[in-house]
Amino acid sequence: MEIALAFLVGLFFAVAIYLLLSRSLIRMLLGIAIIGNGVNLLIFTVGRLTREVPPIVPDGEYAPLEQIANPLPQALILTAIVIGFSLFAFLLVLTYRAYQELDADNTDTMRVAEPEDSPRPPLSY
Amino acid sequence: MAVSSTPKNLELPPAMIEGATAAADWLIVWPVALPMIGAAILVMARKRPEWQAPFAFTILLATLVANFMLYMRVQGEGPLTMTMGNWLPPYGISLAADSLSALFSLVSAFIMLVVILFVQSEIEVRENKFGYHPLLLLLLAGVSGGFLTGDLFNLYVWFEVMLIASFGLLIIGGRKIQLDGAVKYGFLNFLATTFFLIAIGFTYGLVGTLNMADIALKVPQVESGAIYAVAALFFLAFAMKAAAFPLNSWLPASYHAPDPAVSAVFAGLLTKVGVYALVRTHLLLIPQSHAYLQLLIEIIAGFTLVLAPLGAMAQTNARRALGFLVIGGIGAMMAGLAIGTPTGIFGLATYAVNSMLVMTALYLVVGLVERMGGTSDIRKLGGLYRANSWLSIMFITLVFAVAGLPPLLGFWPKMVLVQAGIEMSNYWMVSLILLNSILTSIAGTRLWAHIFWRDGREGVNSEQINTRIRPLPPRAKVWGLWPAGMLVAFIFVAGLVPQPLFKAGATAAFAVYDPGEYVGAVFGREAVAQE
Repeated sequence: MEIALAFLVGLFFAVAIYLLLSRSLIRMLLGIAIIGNGVNLLIFTVGRLTREVPPIVPDGEYAPLEQIANPLPQALILTAIVIGFSLFAFLLVLTYRAYQELDADNTDTMRVAEPEDSPRPPLSY
Repeated sequence: MAVSSTPKNLELPPAMIEGATAAADWLIVWPVALPMIGAAILVMARKRPEWQAPFAFTILLATLVANFMLYMRVQGEGPLTMTMGNWLPPYGISLAADSLSALFSLVSAFIMLVVILFVQSEIEVRENKFGYHPLLLLLLAGVSGGFLTGDLFNLYVWFEVMLIASFGLLIIGGRKIQLDGAVKYGFLNFLATTFFLIAIGFTYGLVGTLNMADIALKVPQVESGAIYAVAALFFLAFAMKAAAFPLNSWLPASYHAPDPAVSAVFAGLLTKVGVYALVRTHLLLIPQSHAYLQLLIEIIAGFTLVLAPLGAMAQTNARRALGFLVIGGIGAMMAGLAIGTPTGIFGLATYAVNSMLVMTALYLVVGLVERMGGTSDIRKLGGLYRANSWLSIMFITLVFAVAGLPPLLGFWPKMVLVQAGIEMSNYWMVSLILLNSILTSIAGTRLWAHIFWRDGREGVNSEQINTRIRPLPPRAKVWGLWPAGMLVAFIFVAGLVPQPLFKAGATAAFAVYDPGEYVGAVFGREAVAQE
């Protein structure tokens, strides 16, 4: 099962990196979304997969009585999902605003901050 | 590995701390909590623009005092830690301050205090309403949190806090150039933190813990060679954050876009968190990876040292040129990391402090230059010496400081770095550090000559007096020139009296090289002695 998931994570990364290498911002956004999911799946997988019961400690006990599923990766993933989602939402709005203002959704034509054919530096000193 | 054994460790006595944390130990929380609470209150008070600046200043003053007390405490009694939620480490999330992190956090708070004064010289009513001050406070909370945390996943969270606050600051004026810069900054930095998260996932899979002190204890038992791959992934993520060559392209694309005060904060604080994380991961967490990656770090440091000032020379935009000088400083710090001896880390820590102060001041001064000349294009500037000689003196002082000419602040860290290189017979590194100094002083003095020294603009009229220069308005003089001038004066005096900097750097290097102290502080010294 872990091996299958490892291959799936690899597939997610391959697709995400392919999309991120594109010039189109929409594709890059899709790549960001996919790589985020790939990482979450990766954390889930490295936490070891088991078919155990949920990690609930009975009343009056300090430790669970039987083997439990590892709860920590789930906590990590939940945090990463929240953070990834909010940053993705920001990037989405930013891209849209940039498209409105700069009339560009292509990194090749977004050249306000770094002008194309930038002028030569002054040579007087 | 240790993952499945978690339940066994939970046996009696329970993994809870008995009794409350001593009130004095709460000191470590305030440098992070104060700016965060302050930001929340300021967001709630967004209908009261007149409250924003005084309240933010008060909060920052309190944060600076808290940082100072924390630093003195760490200097006096060794690393200070506190674990959240009454769980014993490694179950609870630890905050941990040693000399290195407390020093960086202190300098960050100081810089933010100066910048919040400078902000008053240029903030627009609209920007004030949209939360300029809360975002600055939140940025400081993220930076200090990154320095003071003792947990790897928590460090990731602070990186994201820093990132989202910097996104807000980057676009807060809504100009076209800001949107353009923010797209590049946003995508590449988000990608860097994603790489960091991947490395965290693998660390957890290999070591079974994310508490930094616990990792430092358990990593020597990891036999898998995969730990080197994890270390390389950390290196990729943090080098991207620190803008080391060849991962630096986001920095000169975005740092000149926002307001000068925001550029100054970014240049002072953000990249240094990346450097700090590099030191932590490669010398504390996975120390065996340092020797493994040393050649790579050396090559990257060398290229960064040489190419950054060359990039600065090729620019016509003054603030973009400064962006390349920031990267050059990162090269010097990477050289310290590459050498990796206590002297090297000594040089890295002192250089980081120098770079934080000096680059912030340089951006502030160039912000004033832009206000007078109406542009940051050095071909269209000129004659500012006649218009404002104080500004030109401040600029040339800072240029010499960043290049590392004695007796200014930048000289001492470079001297330590050169000494560290000679101790290790690493003459390549030494010569590249010295070459970087020469190139940086050429690039900096060229900027100075074009902006201040010649009379007029580029072209046939360069001998005629530049008539487009406007004098600084009173607001910019009081809130712009004075804070920047005080910062430059502080840098100048700190350069003449370098003993405090040396002492701070030496204790920081010692702290990095004696992880036993750090680990002992997190777990309680007796517990470690038993193991």
